Amino acid sequence: MLEIKNLHASVDGKAILKGLDLSIGAGEVHALMGPNGSGKSTLAYVMTGRDGYRVTEGEIVYKGRDLLAMSPEERAGEGLFLAFQYPVEIPGVPNTTFLKESLNAVRKYRGEEVLDAMQFVKLARRRMKELGVSEDLLKRPLNVGFSGGEKKRNEVLQMAVLEPTLAVLDETDSGLDIDALKAVADGVNALRSPERSTLIITHYQRLLDYIVPDKVHVLAGGRIVRSGDKELARELEKTGYAAFTGEAA
Amino acid sequence: MPAQSFTEQFDSLRGELPGAALPWLRELRDAGIERFGSLGLPGPKEESWKYTRLRPLEQTGFAPAPAADTVSIDRLPALFPQSGMGHRVIFVNGRLRQCISFLPGELPEGAELGGLAEALGRDPEGMAERLGRIGRLDGQSLLALNTAMMRDGLLLRVKAGVTIPLPIEVVYVGAAGAEPISYHPRNLIVLEPGSRATVVEHHVGLGEGAYFANSVTEILVQEDAELHHYKVQEEGPEAVHIATLHARLERGAVYDSFTLSTGAKLARNEASVQLAGPGAECHLNGAYMLRGKQHWDTTSVIDHLTPHTTSREVFKGVVDDEARAVFQGRITVHPGAQKSNGHQLSKALLLSDRAEVDAKPELEIYADDVKCSHGAATGDLDHEALFYLRSRGIPESTARHMLIEAFLGETINGIAAEGLCPALMASVGHWLSRATNGERS
Repeated sequence: MLEIKNLHASVDGKAILKGLDLSIGAGEVHALMGPNGSGKSTLAYVMTGRDGYRVTEGEIVYKGRDLLAMSPEERAGEGLFLAFQYPVEIPGVPNTTFLKESLNAVRKYRGEEVLDAMQFVKLARRRMKELGVSEDLLKRPLNVGFSGGEKKRNEVLQMAVLEPTLAVLDETDSGLDIDALKAVADGVNALRSPERSTLIITHYQRLLDYIVPDKVHVLAGGRIVRSGDKELARELEKTGYAAFTGEAA
Repeated sequence: MPAQSFTEQFDSLRGELPGAALPWLRELRDAGIERFGSLGLPGPKEESWKYTRLRPLEQTGFAPAPAADTVSIDRLPALFPQSGMGHRVIFVNGRLRQCISFLPGELPEGAELGGLAEALGRDPEGMAERLGRIGRLDGQSLLALNTAMMRDGLLLRVKAGVTIPLPIEVVYVGAAGAEPISYHPRNLIVLEPGSRATVVEHHVGLGEGAYFANSVTEILVQEDAELHHYKVQEEGPEAVHIATLHARLERGAVYDSFTLSTGAKLARNEASVQLAGPGAECHLNGAYMLRGKQHWDTTSVIDHLTPHTTSREVFKGVVDDEARAVFQGRITVHPGAQKSNGHQLSKALLLSDRAEVDAKPELEIYADDVKCSHGAATGDLDHEALFYLRSRGIPESTARHMLIEAFLGETINGIAAEGLCPALMASVGHWLSRATNGERS
């Protein structure tokens, strides 16, 4: 599914990722943990093609194709989805318009028929019900005035509607109460299938109680410094990252 | 043969202009041409013309427009989706075209709607009382030129307490052939105490010819009357559109305006609004979309003359290619105009490195108990928002269009007139669908 080899990336001329290797197989859930500033979000943005993130070395192969050669919208069309750590507020664009545009753009890319307004509303309602998202969220301008929890739920709603092949969750758990956390976890678990993979970027082990990962990686100093199974997350919860930041330096 | 100057044109036309036999009108016209002669075309030495040069007028001769029936019109663009939504008055090259104008149903009693030329013949005394009373000639050479050369225009008078429920759509068609032409529409709107009306101006160009539309609108909104005045400017690509507006608002009067501009090579809206009675309220809002080498200018002067007066002015625009937008707004709170409230805002999106916006807000306050604010912001499309949309699979050009529509929609959706918001948003969508540089990747 995803093969990251010797990835080096910099922001504003400052090297952040320094030889990152990561391989995620189809159907797997991986957790990427690590201290602040270790490059977790940078990896998410490099994967999705954000401006200002420069890859200086290495490659990312996604479904056998060169991911870095694709535009952000192509990557989305190919089934890559990033749940943003800080979802962007866009006044004047209703959430429902945005979600419909997005879904139909992705369907068009895949060569599927676009949905009309009725079909879309039906699908969106079903997903909202499954996720326990209130319907009025769709009527409001995109993320404008949403609480932290609403923003994160809205990200998961988008994910549930777009049904990505590879979902990257960038600290989707931060700032969530336990109910919202469970809702996010349910959304991710509902999508789990042998064809779909998930990369969960997080500080804490908490979310991993609800979404049990196949593998856990520790990112420090721009590289994966340790990989293991779910027990590694529990161990980190006890010991913290101090050992790794020392190791990376 | 070189084109005549405007003064020469006036000399040869004066005998055939409407109302030529009326002494008061002769005096008015003579004063106008004299003023224009001494001022000349406005130039960069004048502070309010610092950013806008009337080069096309300096370089090209514009002959007086021939009679309107020389133009054949098979299809008129309609602003409202279904016909019959309102009254419709049509001017072609500045002159009323009676045969294609229509007024569905009856106008309420006490509403007078028609053309200026006809009114000068029918009711010269009434016109003498009202014409040229609000628009002041001082310093305004294009207004003076209009006063000398005016032939026709909208005349709307609504008597006390009368409401015209349906909007009045006024279509101004500019139709020039190979030879550049000019015309000088003169509009007069008088709303007597407690009356209400909605006027929607639609300026369109037929064909690609060059023309100079130099219009002047005088507006009097008397006590507790309410005028909603909307304008869609979609002049032809070679047009020069100058619109001077003078409005006077009496006690409790409301003047609510919105202008959407997408057309003309050079357009200038110059508004002067006097808030002359307590409780008077004026909204001077608008949106613009420019590309190519278009030049757009909105210059306004709002005078708070009495206490408890309110003004709101919000303009938002999108500027692409090498186009240029100029926003100049002055709010003056005169001595004694306590508890006045003035707000002014200019926001623009630059879609190209070569596009330019000059914003000059000015506040002059001579009273101590007032609330006034102004602001101006110019920037690029929000990169984070653009990336967010693209990361969800939305192609860049679509994402840009969504953000531009959202930006302008915020102001357009505030329009009160029923059915007009969708029409204006359709206009925005149409402009975007013709986008060139908006498609840059």
